[in-house]
Amino acid sequence: MSSFTLSMTLAFTLLAVAASYWQRLALERDILIGTVRAAVQLLAVGYILYFVFHAPSLIFTFLMVAVMVGVATQNASRRGKGLPGVQWRVLAALTLTEVVTIGLMLLFRMIQPTPQYVISLSGMIVGNAMVVAGLLLNRLQGEVDARRDELRVLLSLGATPRQAIQDQLRAAVRACMIPAVDSLKTVGLVQLPGMMTGQILAGASPIVAVRYQILIMFSLTSAAALCSIILGLLTYRLYFNQAYQLAR
Amino acid sequence: MSLQATTQRAWSPLFQLRGVSRRRPDASGEPVAILDHIHLDLAGGLITTLVGPSGAGKSSLLHLLNRLDEPDEGSILYQGRDLRQWDVVELRRSVGLVLQAPVMLPGTVEQNVGAGPRLRGQALARERAVELLRLVGLAPALLERKAADLSGGEQQRVSLARTLANEPRVLLLDEVTASLDPGSARDVEELIVGLTSRLSLTAVWITHNLAQAERCGDHLVLMAHGRVAEEAVTAGFFAGPATEEGRRFLESGKEVHP
Ligand SMILES: Nc1ncnc2c1ncn2[C@@H]1O[C@H](COP(=O)(O)OP(=O)(O)OP(=O)(O)O)[C@@H](O)[C@H]1O
Ligand SMILES: [Mg+2]
Repeated sequence: MSSFTLSMTLAFTLLAVAASYWQRLALERDILIGTVRAAVQLLAVGYILYFVFHAPSLIFTFLMVAVMVGVATQNASRRGKGLPGVQWRVLAALTLTEVVTIGLMLLFRMIQPTPQYVISLSGMIVGNAMVVAGLLLNRLQGEVDARRDELRVLLSLGATPRQAIQDQLRAAVRACMIPAVDSLKTVGLVQLPGMMTGQILAGASPIVAVRYQILIMFSLTSAAALCSIILGLLTYRLYFNQAYQLAR
Repeated sequence: MSLQATTQRAWSPLFQLRGVSRRRPDASGEPVAILDHIHLDLAGGLITTLVGPSGAGKSSLLHLLNRLDEPDEGSILYQGRDLRQWDVVELRRSVGLVLQAPVMLPGTVEQNVGAGPRLRGQALARERAVELLRLVGLAPALLERKAADLSGGEQQRVSLARTLANEPRVLLLDEVTASLDPGSARDVEELIVGLTSRLSLTAVWITHNLAQAERCGDHLVLMAHGRVAEEAVTAGFFAGPATEEGRRFLESGKEVHP
């Protein structure tokens, strides 16, 4: 794609801005900022990756992954506003998810230990885990708010926080898994996932692209499970105080 | 006036509240005292009824006694020991609470009644569940029903049975007969009075029904505006309240339940 054609993609953004203006969505500013950010971030990353791939360096790969995890932590933690120390727990959950998932891929030689593989797959895993982490925090808060009385009944019957919140925790983790499970069922029939589309457009054979897509789908499902369960176990206690009372 | 001096039976306090306050934000977010420096002794082995107008702070007080909520100020002793020194799980098992609005846990009536024992890894025997249902006046056939489908009055009785399954030493009862017909209310009353005397339990019992307070209570505590307005031996209170507030409350009650 030439630079000229690339700049023509701005037409899509202008279309969105026009729609926002027309329907008074008041999103023009956000769309413009988002457009500039997306363009700058992606172009910069393109150049950085070009550099990293041509001079493979362990430290640089590690740094790239660390930045991903850091930004994802920042973003997902916002869904847990008011929970003290939530960002450390999100950081731990995302790090563990990334290490276990990529670790297994490397251990079983599903991917080669090169920056190309590690960074691209980490991006998918961490990005997905970020969405899952935000969803979990959001959902768990919703469950606790909606089912406060149930929690109080269980606590007064002598439940520990873990026992009291078990149902809500399970409901929140399930909610986080549903998107992954649903896309497992419909992939290929409803949507051709982004990575596969990208590979095919870049000239790879669909048969090879599909193999990687299988790896990605499966690993994203397990990453969703891992991340939501770890984060749930790390955060449920924040809803209670030392005296096993509901905090706030 | 010392309550002890006016009682025929000598009694020792099971709960001692010392300058207990609890503040909560009101509609505008300003903290207001919903319990205001309460000093109160609650007798062991007796039934104390807690009466007073709506919003007086009765439920708020009850929720402090099993440490479901925490006072912002003051201390509460249970059996002479500060509540904060008790293992909170043990405390809540032995001081059982039945909430004002019944809340059913997901699942069947049997799962609800067995919830307490299940929390400590024990299954409630089927016969025991049947016995508990009978005690509170429900048909054993209800055990299989989804708890959420029961009527308000049935749910109220299930919550009582659920608390009793923990075999508490103290019963904190928040208007447990409020949504029952007069006949069933009398049955539940008799159950509570019978249980407390047979097992020498202690009950702290909130009621809006003054006739019920007179029938069932040994002691009576009248609350108003987050304070204790009067505490008395039940018979003494109904013979003639010692305070102006008590007199007014009794008068207004007679208008409602002549
Ligand atoms: N969590 C809370 N936040 C804010 N205000 C509260 C809270 N709990 C209770 N209050 C207020 O404290 C006051 C006392 O409430 P409480 O439920 O103890 O009254 P009550 O005597 O049990 O009344 P009723 O007879 O209607 O049940 C009320 O004005 C209530 O609005
Ligand atoms: Mg109340």
